[in-house]
Amino acid sequence: MPTVTIDGRRVTVREGAYVLEAARLAGARIPALCHHEAVEPIGACRLCVVDIWKPGWDADSFRLVASCLYPVEEGLVVHTATPRVMETRRVALDLLLARCPETPLVRDLAREYGIEETTYRKRENPDDCILCGLCTRICDKVGPAAISTQSRGVLREVAPPFFEAPPDCIGCGACAEVCPTGHIKVTEDGFTRTIWGKTFEMLRCPSCGRAYLTRAQAEWMAGRGMPVEPLCDSCKRRRTAEVAASLGRPR
Amino acid sequence: MRLTSRKQYEEFRVRATRRLEGMRCRVLVCTGSGCLAGGAREVAEAVEEGLRERGLLDGRQGVEGKRTGCHGLCEAGPLVSIEPEGILYTRVTPDDVPEILDRTVLGGEVVERLAYEDPRSKNRVVHYRDIPFYKYQTRIATRNVGRVDPHDLEDAIAHGAYAGAVKALFEMTPEQVIDEVARSGLRGRGGAGFHTGRKWAACRRAPGDVKYVICNGDEGDPGAFKDRAIMEGDPHSVLEGMIIGAYAVGAREGFIYVRDEYPPGVLTSLHAALEAAREAGILGRGIFGTGMEFDIRITRGGGAYVCGESSALMRSIEGKVGEPRAKYIHGTERGLYDRPTVLNNVETWAHVGAILTRGGEWFAGMGTPKSKGTKAFSLSGKVRNAGLIELPMGTPLRHILHDIGGGIRGDRPFKAVQTGGPSGGVIPEALLDLPVDYEQLTEHGSMMGSGGMIVMDDRTCMVDVARYFVRFLNEESCGKCVPCREGLLQMLHLLDGLCEGRGRPGDLDRIERLARGMKWGSLCDLGRSAPNPVLSTLRHFREEYEAHLRDGACPAGVCRALTQYEIVPERCDGCHECVEVCPTAAIAGKPKQRHVIDQEKCIACGECFNVCPVDAIRYGPKARPATASAGATT
Repeated sequence: MPTVTIDGRRVTVREGAYVLEAARLAGARIPALCHHEAVEPIGACRLCVVDIWKPGWDADSFRLVASCLYPVEEGLVVHTATPRVMETRRVALDLLLARCPETPLVRDLAREYGIEETTYRKRENPDDCILCGLCTRICDKVGPAAISTQSRGVLREVAPPFFEAPPDCIGCGACAEVCPTGHIKVTEDGFTRTIWGKTFEMLRCPSCGRAYLTRAQAEWMAGRGMPVEPLCDSCKRRRTAEVAASLGRPR
Repeated sequence: MRLTSRKQYEEFRVRATRRLEGMRCRVLVCTGSGCLAGGAREVAEAVEEGLRERGLLDGRQGVEGKRTGCHGLCEAGPLVSIEPEGILYTRVTPDDVPEILDRTVLGGEVVERLAYEDPRSKNRVVHYRDIPFYKYQTRIATRNVGRVDPHDLEDAIAHGAYAGAVKALFEMTPEQVIDEVARSGLRGRGGAGFHTGRKWAACRRAPGDVKYVICNGDEGDPGAFKDRAIMEGDPHSVLEGMIIGAYAVGAREGFIYVRDEYPPGVLTSLHAALEAAREAGILGRGIFGTGMEFDIRITRGGGAYVCGESSALMRSIEGKVGEPRAKYIHGTERGLYDRPTVLNNVETWAHVGAILTRGGEWFAGMGTPKSKGTKAFSLSGKVRNAGLIELPMGTPLRHILHDIGGGIRGDRPFKAVQTGGPSGGVIPEALLDLPVDYEQLTEHGSMMGSGGMIVMDDRTCMVDVARYFVRFLNEESCGKCVPCREGLLQMLHLLDGLCEGRGRPGDLDRIERLARGMKWGSLCDLGRSAPNPVLSTLRHFREEYEAHLRDGACPAGVCRALTQYEIVPERCDGCHECVEVCPTAAIAGKPKQRHVIDQEKCIACGECFNVCPVDAIRYGPKARPATASAGATT
């Protein structure tokens, strides 16, 4: 297991970890908006940049990298808050704030870096999407890859194919779950769930009666031989706790 | 015909060379894209028909007509050359062909009126070897471009094709091949300038039995066309390089990624070359009768500039969205389909065969200490001899511009030359003696890039140039990472503001800070180098930015919102030329009478200024309406 030095503190991390994980283990505060443990990193938001140094490099030779996808290796030295790191984050946050001037998550983070209002021209009719790509990545990983990014540059956006109700979507809601800004909207009325302009029938938990799963998702999972849980998450948790409690109770 | 041993190749080569040397007269018509646009297809047809009519194509006359790739001097096309004398005819039309055939091919004399006219002395120069544009060139990557028929393998082999590959396969181990390439000092000709030998060695070392070689033919920089010319005019040089590379790293499969926007000629040439090479046993199983197996497939791009970036290009070949990914793990270890991959530019591959044939030492004998060999450039813009050139590294810009390029069109003052495309920058007059190599260009805020050289005269606004490239990149950024996607948009807003007279105090600082953030923070080299055109124009022409910002004036008279054109009454002789070219009919006045520009209709395009023979048009800052605050302060 490699040992790395983060802001002067040595930590040992698992093989195959990225610098961001090591830095957080060492207690460094690194912002990251496109990072999630469940999916592979892509290095899109650039807020997690850090300065690194490797054994063998000149003493004053540092490299700015995205910590979310830079693999750790033995002897790596990481500085998480050099002037260059902080300035890079500030410019990125300033730009994000111009894109999403009303989004609380962006506003709060920008304020942490001393930015109250953006230096740049605000986007007209802004929404809350920061194009972190978490939704498309999670859908690719746990679902049917029903949504993706479309177009390029500033025209890039997350959308279903042809901007129509996505035929492959199973309504699992994972995209909305991981969306850091709440841009992806899900509405439920107890009987149906609507997401991406598509409405799904809900199945109910036989224990508590709560609508907890779309029929489309249950069928999708069954079709792939995945076990479909008959209970909702909280009932499942309660049931497990009861079993555990009964096992542990002294007689 | 299959070449299944070294002996067969050598015998074939000797036969082909003898045949070539036995030719009394070869008429080579340039059918590169530039000349085609000027009507070269009709010229080629006229040549072929004329030769047939005169009974010269029966195979006993030692005469042949060939369609070749780019001869280089696109400016003077369509071009026809006569070998072996080395005569060059310029601006040839189908009507000129009978005269060429009768007087030159049959009569052995020169058609003076079609010879190249020296722009300064107005003398006619007949032979290639005497024309400055050709005289100073050293052609290695483009050695056979314009000299061979890309659809004729025999012609290519007569000109030395595959000699390097045969030498590598029969005389050298893969390690020796890599050493030879390393010794040549060859560096990536696509822009970054990474050492080719080192790249190959890393890929050979990388574990795995499936490896790939890729040719990057996604040349997308505005004003760059050298890769196109090579693929179109001498595809076998690219295939040869890739065979040698595949042998060196141990790859069985290769890809040529071709820019979608390229004219069909590129694909036709490549496909024909691949087919001919397969038929001859130069590609496929048992190359030249050895145990080597290697074949090449062509992938067409989808029209995204960013796919010229290596990691995006690989995703594109895989059928995924062409977006770059972080290269913390090199492509030589995990590239295409996560397998070890060598990706080189078209020109880099084209160099390899020559290096193997003549040796690394020979190649390293040219150039500067760190930049070896020769480099192809696409010369364009306000230069007289626009076209394709290849020169030893370290050639001074002044020599390129004035001797090879023939100086500035219309003898206007030189202002700057833009190199390296959207990742590069401008080099001003004061640095004209700069020896052109990777280090020098980078040191002065520009880049080698893919070898584009756009020459600019005094009628070019540097803020507008920066805006042009930023706008280009704003449309071509993939949009994956924040600094590039959002940064380019905001940079464009800032530059638009300057060009339209809406600049605010502090804008230059804002531009510099944003540029730094993009440079540091962006994910790939597109974003990291995107601020270069802005930073380099700002570095060399800061006063021009300041004039836009402070005075609302465009000194070059280009930014329309800031510029007003007027006719100086006492100079105007009423020649009417400006009236003819004005696109908005904004100029009033009868011939022989003084003309006047209607400012309401004028869009400040400057066409009148460009055509006026008596310098009666002048431009200056637009008269701005008095600001409202002037009255409000009292």
